[in-house]
Amino acid sequence: MKKDIILCGVGGQGILSIATIIGQAATQAGIYLKQAEVHGMSQRGGDVQSHLRLSTEPIWSDLIPIASADVIISMEPMESLRYLEYLSPEGTVVTGSVPFVNIPNYPDETALQSELDALPHVVKNDIEAVAKDCNGARGANMVLLGMAAPHIGILSVEQLREAIKVVFARKGEAVVEANLRCFDSPTHVS
Amino acid sequence: MEKQLLLGDEAIALGAIHAGLSGVYAYPGTPSTEITEFIQNHPEARKRGIRSRWCTNEKTAMEAALGMSYAGKRALVCMKHVGMNVCADAFVNSAITGVNGGLVVLAADDPSMHSSQNEQDSRFYGKFALIPIFEPSNQQECYDMMQVAFALSERIKEPILLRIVTRLAHSRAAVETGRQHEQNAFSPSTDQWVLLPGIARRKYAALLEKQGAMEEEAEKSAFNKMEKNGNGQLGILACGIAYNYVKETIGQEGNILKVSQYPLPQAQIQQLASENEAILVVEDGQPVAEQDVKAMLGTGYKVWGRLTGHLPRTGELTPDNVATALGKEQKAAFTPAKNLAARPPQLCQGCGHRDVYGALRQIIEEMPDARVFGDIGCYTLGALPPFKALSSCVDMGASITMAKGAADAGLRPAIAVIGDSTFTHSGMTGLLDAINDNTPITVIISDNLTTGMTGGQDSAGLNKYEAICLGLGMDPEHLHVVTPLPKNIPAIAALIRKEIAYEGVSVIIPRRECIQTAARHARERKANKAN
Repeated sequence: MKKDIILCGVGGQGILSIATIIGQAATQAGIYLKQAEVHGMSQRGGDVQSHLRLSTEPIWSDLIPIASADVIISMEPMESLRYLEYLSPEGTVVTGSVPFVNIPNYPDETALQSELDALPHVVKNDIEAVAKDCNGARGANMVLLGMAAPHIGILSVEQLREAIKVVFARKGEAVVEANLRCFDSPTHVS
Repeated sequence: MEKQLLLGDEAIALGAIHAGLSGVYAYPGTPSTEITEFIQNHPEARKRGIRSRWCTNEKTAMEAALGMSYAGKRALVCMKHVGMNVCADAFVNSAITGVNGGLVVLAADDPSMHSSQNEQDSRFYGKFALIPIFEPSNQQECYDMMQVAFALSERIKEPILLRIVTRLAHSRAAVETGRQHEQNAFSPSTDQWVLLPGIARRKYAALLEKQGAMEEEAEKSAFNKMEKNGNGQLGILACGIAYNYVKETIGQEGNILKVSQYPLPQAQIQQLASENEAILVVEDGQPVAEQDVKAMLGTGYKVWGRLTGHLPRTGELTPDNVATALGKEQKAAFTPAKNLAARPPQLCQGCGHRDVYGALRQIIEEMPDARVFGDIGCYTLGALPPFKALSSCVDMGASITMAKGAADAGLRPAIAVIGDSTFTHSGMTGLLDAINDNTPITVIISDNLTTGMTGGQDSAGLNKYEAICLGLGMDPEHLHVVTPLPKNIPAIAALIRKEIAYEGVSVIIPRRECIQTAARHARERKANKAN
């Protein structure tokens, strides 16, 4: 079995933490993983993305071929559309629904949402609002990971939960609990 | 054996530690920075006393590493590809002196220019210096090659170039680690390293004599291998990570020669040619191997690659362009989205560079003849809206010297903007030229107390900038330090106006800590307090 995932968002939104957690879970599960990250200039409020490949067989390319990604996991609606050509025809887009506007020419929101809704498989939600309800502040990325978990498939929801505990352990019990609350938040509107 | 999830950069770093490294010398540069950072933070490196502080530039790094090698210890130099240009003098001559302790030079190339101003291929430098080149195809080879490269370096008494690309530097995979090598004992070279012409001629002849041995090493290298599962129509020569894209496309099929150690293994290439009707050369970066293979096989033989249009002439390899070159049809994809806008990187909100450009913008609007020569760093983003303040950005340190040359030609006002770390890297010597000529330029050293763009590494000249400028002969009347805050923009603009009017060298140092490192330092203070 093989799952190709594109993770994306804007620099500073926490997509690399999602990648770290999936990476931890994959290592624990003993499956193969390759994860190409973006470092450097793109972290200054620009678009960021990571190619994450999980498989029970050895993986060759660090990059996902076009039309092959099983899931696009995005913190932000416009960023989820940026990598559309990588999505397989049966693939799913899991995205935060609220635009992050830090550029003057952000597209018309209604047109953007209807383009997104026209895709065959989309799961979206206001992840910042859910995180606030769960947690009082940060954790939107864990809400997103919770939404994406059923679509990752090759790793179980429980394996991802365990990985969250390991990754956040050094920040203390309270941080682990807050992130798990976000991850477990039940209302994932599609 | 232990398995760890490591970036290509980290696998190189850990491989070097386990190979008995005694010192890493580097200047930060994407995508190479994480190698040195990993060594700086690794407990085993601290235990072994591995020297790892950042250097002022790639040339000082290269020379210090050569010195450590002279003394008998294993040394690693790390840089991004354009750093090779900075250290080229020392690098090329290190092949003439030869080495004592193992010396590995790591160049991280950036095809597609994700964070760079060109996509030069460092393998040219390896060929130019006539030394072996290693080019790992995956994270495991990054780790494994360090032991082999250091051992080879000591066996043939030459430096080794290790070349990686962004997609390997910044991609993670599981790496099996464990074999450890002791650090070398202190044993300075007793050989003659003085490159006076008479000695250099003898040493150069010796280097040429070693070429055969280097080729033999490549022919028998475990990192180069032939796979024969094809039908004889097309042989594929796959260099470094190109091998992965080929395997992604054709799996167990194909006649493939994987090359990860140079000089190119000629006998194996001749064999590939004799068993196939044509050869497709797949390599990331520039067509280095393609040109050599063409020359090797002559005009009668078909060699395909980037020069023949089978692969794109520019940009990095992808599984998709390699699949196309191998004649695979691309899968039907979603059409690109319509509601998309570019989201370029930006200067952080609250960054001091913003206030510097706020003031400069006023000057440019008042004086349309003014030109601002920029430099390499976060502040290069001052070229983009809303600032649109820069006329040039070429290489580390070029702001001051280009402003000087333009001023020599009569341009007024000529302004240079350079960061603190870039100034000590390559700006100081240019400032000395300008001071000696009393050239009318205004130099702004935008000091954020760190090397910001690469993630906040120590800046070599921290707290020394006024002293450096005065030491170079700056008139103290025209050396100013200001605090770049929004409320100070009018005062800074007024100061720039005044100094522009002065027919000599002026230096203005706007100084405020990078907001990213300031936040990190606040977190560290809080954590220390809690402990």
